[in-house]
Amino acid sequence: MEDIPLKLVITGHVDHGKSTLIGRLLFDTGSIPEDKIAEIRQICSALGKEFEFGYILDNLEEERDQGITIDTTQIFFTSKKRPYVIIDAPGHVEFIKNMITGASQADAAVIIIDAEEGVREQTKRHAFILGMLGIRKVIVLINKMDRVGYDQKRFTSVKKAFMDFLNEIGLDAVHSIPISASNGDNVATKSASISWYNGPTFLEALDSFDVQSTFQKAPIRFVVQDIYNFSRRIIVGKVVSGTIRQNDTVTVLPSGEKTQVRSLEEYLKNPDFAETGKCIGITTADKVFCDRGYVFSDPPDMPAVTRQFKANIFWMDTIPGKKGLPIIFRCSTQEIYSKITAIHTVINSSSLELMGLDMDEIKNREVAQVTITTENPVIIEPYTKTPELGRFVLVRDNVSAGGIITEVLL
Amino acid sequence: MDHLDQLENDSVYIIREAYKEFKDIAMLWSIGKDSTTLLYLVRKAFYGHVPFPVLHLDTSYKFREIYAFRDRMAKEWHLNLVIAQNKDALARKVGPDAGNKLTCCGELKTEALKQAIKEHGYRAILLGIRRDEHGIRAKERYFSPRNNQFQWDYKNQPAELWDLYKNTESAEEHIRVHPLLHWTELDIWMYIQREKIPIVDLYLAKNGKRYRSIGCEPCCSPVPSDADTVDKIVEELKTTTISERSGRAQDKERAYMMQKLRSMGYM
Repeated sequence: MEDIPLKLVITGHVDHGKSTLIGRLLFDTGSIPEDKIAEIRQICSALGKEFEFGYILDNLEEERDQGITIDTTQIFFTSKKRPYVIIDAPGHVEFIKNMITGASQADAAVIIIDAEEGVREQTKRHAFILGMLGIRKVIVLINKMDRVGYDQKRFTSVKKAFMDFLNEIGLDAVHSIPISASNGDNVATKSASISWYNGPTFLEALDSFDVQSTFQKAPIRFVVQDIYNFSRRIIVGKVVSGTIRQNDTVTVLPSGEKTQVRSLEEYLKNPDFAETGKCIGITTADKVFCDRGYVFSDPPDMPAVTRQFKANIFWMDTIPGKKGLPIIFRCSTQEIYSKITAIHTVINSSSLELMGLDMDEIKNREVAQVTITTENPVIIEPYTKTPELGRFVLVRDNVSAGGIITEVLL
Repeated sequence: MDHLDQLENDSVYIIREAYKEFKDIAMLWSIGKDSTTLLYLVRKAFYGHVPFPVLHLDTSYKFREIYAFRDRMAKEWHLNLVIAQNKDALARKVGPDAGNKLTCCGELKTEALKQAIKEHGYRAILLGIRRDEHGIRAKERYFSPRNNQFQWDYKNQPAELWDLYKNTESAEEHIRVHPLLHWTELDIWMYIQREKIPIVDLYLAKNGKRYRSIGCEPCCSPVPSDADTVDKIVEELKTTTISERSGRAQDKERAYMMQKLRSMGYM
């Protein structure tokens, strides 16, 4: 059995059955404590309802009263193959920032579609956002098959319509499965009512999902979080790419100073290397100037030090983003004032309709291709090269937009 | 890195972010297994130091064993221990028997925390809550703002993308930081087992019973168990069908009690 959990986000239009699906999956795999089931049974009977699987996740009073998910939630479960973190994302357009919060933590995604209603606004928007966040492979579930008499033709037509959309945005559906979450058809067990379908159940599809492995041979990227001076000077940060070793020669960016890793510092340990994902302390052979936001790298393959780049951003603030107005740019531990200096294209994230070229502002829930200019040089890379140095947020009081760097401009 | 290494490193990153970005911080130490694990991770993050106060919300109704463990570890780990009590409420004899539990938790824990934050001016508080403990906690962010009334605006939480955590607060707010949000109960015990973290022995079974979750003595019930070592607890949790907080009164007094408590500033 594998030990690292796969983080999976469940997305789709409001009321297409995300929370019900997760509740069903947990119930059918015996993952819910007995006292929890008893509690939900009690609440449902008090409300005069049938056992509601969605209640396992929708814990807020408002969520249960209205039958919708307001905020993203995470729940843990283990199949015979491996552990999972299941992230439920709200499907209502109002809560899109909560959906993005959930999806940004995921390794893989599921998109669920109501067989009766077919592809709707949030179905497309969610798929589009997943693509923007760097997720390429998804499992598509066509739900509520019981409501359409388990009709194969209906399944095929909903599936086809959605595949066309996925193709357009470059997402790959590894499986498309007809299910009924409330009845349990093809969730954890094969459905007798859908004999025309020979593929895997949802649970089997999950277990066959390949998790992306991290690239330990990738070039070194160590981002500096802080400098400690408890007893001596230790530079602390996180290895976001590659493996850093004692005695490695590294280049400190943005200054470009070269030095050697004298020691790697971990409390009560003496490691001689630190791999991707490790939070570690470093002492250097030379007294280099260094601060939060600096990045250690190794030539020749180094990130860019530049003030300008192209990016795709998703706006999630009711106050529009305006060209030329100062806004805080944050990427890993770097934080600096910036300006959107050009808004090349603005797209409606659901219809994919082009709203305009060379615009002056970007509105809530729109996606734009922009050029951003920072006050001072930042250390960045395209998202596809090093995700941690290629993804960013734009901040006013709270996060106004999330973005992915597509091209570094020198 | 294995699963526990990943959990540990993600938590250390969050702890260091909170310290760097907010400076005037404290951590809540309930002396339970989670916040003791958090304290251990803080020492790991800062090379054996705990560079901020460790706050114990003392309701005066805690188990004797909790007080003894607190004082022993505070000495051993050189903690700047701040004991916060709502003295006024205690003088009014607020307790689990007088009035309902919502009032008691609110007065002796939430209000005590409010007073401590006001007195010391903390901008951020580290807490050891986890998503799998309770459905309401599963909705939390790693960095979660509270207004000056301590309210949690759970219907309008800020977006939290990747590991770019909220690093500002308005004058009215403080930030709750949850470095253990992504751990499960089993993860905690496997980590305690691996790292040999000291814990209160109330968790270990005596006479066929043990506590899975500890707090105030009158409101905690032990569960049937023969797990009298950490190894056995790990084995037990791999097969149990009983939820962790089944012995905690404040979770089930009535529907949505936990939500009400939390929206008013409870942990």
